[in-house]
Amino acid sequence: MSGKSSKVSSWRTVAARLLLVLLLIGCSESVALAAPASRSIADRSVSWPTASQWRRVLFLEDYNTRVVLLGVAVLGAAAGLVGSFTLLRKRALLGDALAHASTPGIALAFMFATALGLDGKSLPVLLLGATITGVLGIGVVLVVRSQTRLKEDAALGIVLSVFFGAGVALLGIVQQMESGSAAGLEGFIYGKTASMNASDARLILVASGIAVVGCLLLFKEFKLLCFDENFAGSRGMPVLVLDLCLMALVVLVTIVGLQAVGLILVVALFVTPTAAARFWTEKLWRVAGLSALMGGVGGVFGAAASALMPRLPSGAMIVLASTALFAFSMFFGTARGVLIRWLRRFRVNRRVRRRHLLRGLYELLELDEPDSVFRRDARVPVETVLATRSWSRNQLSRTIASAQHEELITLREDSIGLTQSGYVQAARLTREHRLWELYLITHAEVAPSRVDRDADAIEHVLEPELVDELERLLEQQPVHIAVPASPHDSLSPGALQ
Amino acid sequence: MIWNWQLDGWIVAAGILCAVASALLGNFLVLRRLSMLGDAISHAILPGLAVAFLISNSRSSLPMFVGAVIVGVLTALFTEWIRGVGKVDEGASMGVVFTSLFALGLIMIVQAADRVDLDAGCVLYGAIELTPLDTIKLLGFDIPRAVVVLGSVTVLNLMFVVLFFKELKLTSFDPSLATSMGVSSTWMHYALMVLVAVTAVASFESVGNILVVAMFIVPPATAYLLTDRLGIMILISTGVAALSAVSGHVAAVVVPTWFGYQSTTTAGMMAVMVGALFGVAMLFAPRQGVVIKWLRNRALSLRILCDDIVATLYRRSEHVAADQVRMDDVSMNVEELTETLYASSRQLRSALARLRRRGELEQVDGQYELTDRGIEHGRELVRSHRLWEQYLVSEASLHPTKIHDKAEKLEHFTDRSLRDQLSDATDSPVLDPHGQSIPPERRGDV
Repeated sequence: MSGKSSKVSSWRTVAARLLLVLLLIGCSESVALAAPASRSIADRSVSWPTASQWRRVLFLEDYNTRVVLLGVAVLGAAAGLVGSFTLLRKRALLGDALAHASTPGIALAFMFATALGLDGKSLPVLLLGATITGVLGIGVVLVVRSQTRLKEDAALGIVLSVFFGAGVALLGIVQQMESGSAAGLEGFIYGKTASMNASDARLILVASGIAVVGCLLLFKEFKLLCFDENFAGSRGMPVLVLDLCLMALVVLVTIVGLQAVGLILVVALFVTPTAAARFWTEKLWRVAGLSALMGGVGGVFGAAASALMPRLPSGAMIVLASTALFAFSMFFGTARGVLIRWLRRFRVNRRVRRRHLLRGLYELLELDEPDSVFRRDARVPVETVLATRSWSRNQLSRTIASAQHEELITLREDSIGLTQSGYVQAARLTREHRLWELYLITHAEVAPSRVDRDADAIEHVLEPELVDELERLLEQQPVHIAVPASPHDSLSPGALQ
Repeated sequence: MIWNWQLDGWIVAAGILCAVASALLGNFLVLRRLSMLGDAISHAILPGLAVAFLISNSRSSLPMFVGAVIVGVLTALFTEWIRGVGKVDEGASMGVVFTSLFALGLIMIVQAADRVDLDAGCVLYGAIELTPLDTIKLLGFDIPRAVVVLGSVTVLNLMFVVLFFKELKLTSFDPSLATSMGVSSTWMHYALMVLVAVTAVASFESVGNILVVAMFIVPPATAYLLTDRLGIMILISTGVAALSAVSGHVAAVVVPTWFGYQSTTTAGMMAVMVGALFGVAMLFAPRQGVVIKWLRNRALSLRILCDDIVATLYRRSEHVAADQVRMDDVSMNVEELTETLYASSRQLRSALARLRRRGELEQVDGQYELTDRGIEHGRELVRSHRLWEQYLVSEASLHPTKIHDKAEKLEHFTDRSLRDQLSDATDSPVLDPHGQSIPPERRGDV
């Protein structure tokens, strides 16, 4: 116990030191001014990259490309990690409102900085403006949600559209300030890694690094916050402070992600990888790890594509790379993927049909020889079996084939016989079916004419313990009567003497 | 500012039609808590538009509307599907769907940009200022194409809302009741989604596909704060929408000139104005407004403080009567009251002034003392308090240590008839659980 706690504490010290180093780098970086040279998205024509461009990107020949790819990879990972918590807290779209609400901040920061004689396109200044109005937007969401009877969705929609509208109106003015000087601001709307230089990328790297370390440090606390807020409160955790920490991480990652992904699509960084990871696993730490991985991979692919074809908006490329991963996970995910679910359902259906076949055979054989014990050579024609249930000939022949494969039955000239192990199973299944029928009749007071269907539904999931319980309730002696008589026969007028 | 009816008139007309068409549907989005689905659809129509442009090589309306309807329904379907399969909440599945479709559309538009006269900026912000330039002949008049298209969509939405008013109302407020009455809420849902997509397409040229969200959500949200009736809510929301369109255009033309700039985008200012209208409604709505609620709280806390002062002084006079304290302690000064009641001095002063105006309190040398009317009020309060305590112990079986706080709250809302009922329910007690005497209803009664 003490060994474990000391391990935990040493791990936390290391992480805390890492955080400090990152902060120091961040401080030195934020002083650096950026002057991105970019073209408007309205530039037409996308040219296929030349061989030398391919080589430069694929082999990471440019320092700039290397840093940008690394920056976007870490950004994706950080967003995936933070996103796995926000998704569980059902706050997935809060990041969307935050990003849209940053538009007027970017425009205002540009206007103020220019008015003060500074470089209006300096990244730290623009991001500061973005943070201020973004946080203001979140504040308005919270106020509208708590002070009026409008719900979260309307609050988000109002903030998102009105703040974005204000941003558009301000950008309309910015465009008149000096011709062409506002072109760099468009990159924030669609995302443009091409316009990113090494110091911008390092800013992203540092901020994302802080978010990753913060998430790892507070992993246990965030986990409790997401799954059981009240329990976390009763354990003495400062729920409000933790919530604010999580929100601060969202703000941090969103704001630095604006330049790479653009404010319309930045929410995808948080949502898509996490939603994809949930198709593979149910455990939170695995979801978080996997979603960080997928966010990173998606970021690298998108940024590489954007580096190859600079006129394609990088945000859209990053999002489409994530979406591809999502689509792949959705179909092939091992925990909840569409294929695995389909396969599971197929298996269950096949097993259920096989059981129906066995029980049907048993009951038909029983009908022929009500008193005698099982004869090895007793056989039933396929046509008779077909008539017992509402199954198609195709389904029946597939079921027969699978039962044959399991060596439960033998098929000879259109007639079916049970093998030894098939007989044992068939007897057990019939017994379970009838025990349940009896239970429903005697204890649940279901009419005998209706119990067959109910028992049909339950017999496939009866556990041995439940069967024992049924035996006890019905006072059946398992030794003497292997299979109780069918209630349908015993309750028929003839059987009542 | 020079108002040119030929230009500004048509711009405002397009703005009003676009805002009203969106607001009509938006009422049901807000009521069904689908606001963000409206947002998602208006983002997601982008690939539908791009495909329509690529196929028809023009900005003609029919392929665009077909593309939009398909994408709108797909967005709603995908959202529902991912929510079910991926076991994530609706917001997250929406986030996956609309960002993917928007990204796809963005790339297609950038690719198609050299062939078709279209760029992403125009889709996002719209170009309502260019409305008057693109006209078609209709009944011998030159009418801007956007006005014709938006007008048709407005009529379509109006017909939908009027014809299916009952069904929409039923499915929005009680889907299960609607289903039991034979109205399919699924069909209404998808019909609404189709119209949302159509409206978003018709509006994107004018206000852009993000700002149309402002027109979908904000006017109905504003109206929702002002009324409880659906019909009135729809009327108010269309009024708010039209007002924001007019004021938005005026603001776009006028406000930048104050700072020495030319006019800015009308679409952006429309969103700002509708946001401002929402803000006003949020603050000053007659029943829901933040300011009204705050004032109501203030009035209530003032009333409770007055009650507390009176009750405190009344208890003092009881102690005097029981010879527990000296005669001159029947009155209290401001400091003593502040200390006893934990009230801020400003609140206390206004409460004291109010009590003196009502003639329940008189001031002698800085000492406050109850008048006869005040004693009457105090007796009622203390009687309520002690009757409640008795009731809580005898009827609700609470422990005597836990009843004081509850009785302290209830005493302010207990009138004569309730006191009589309490008295009857507890067999007209004379003493409360703490052994203090319960004062009679009127002086002299025992």
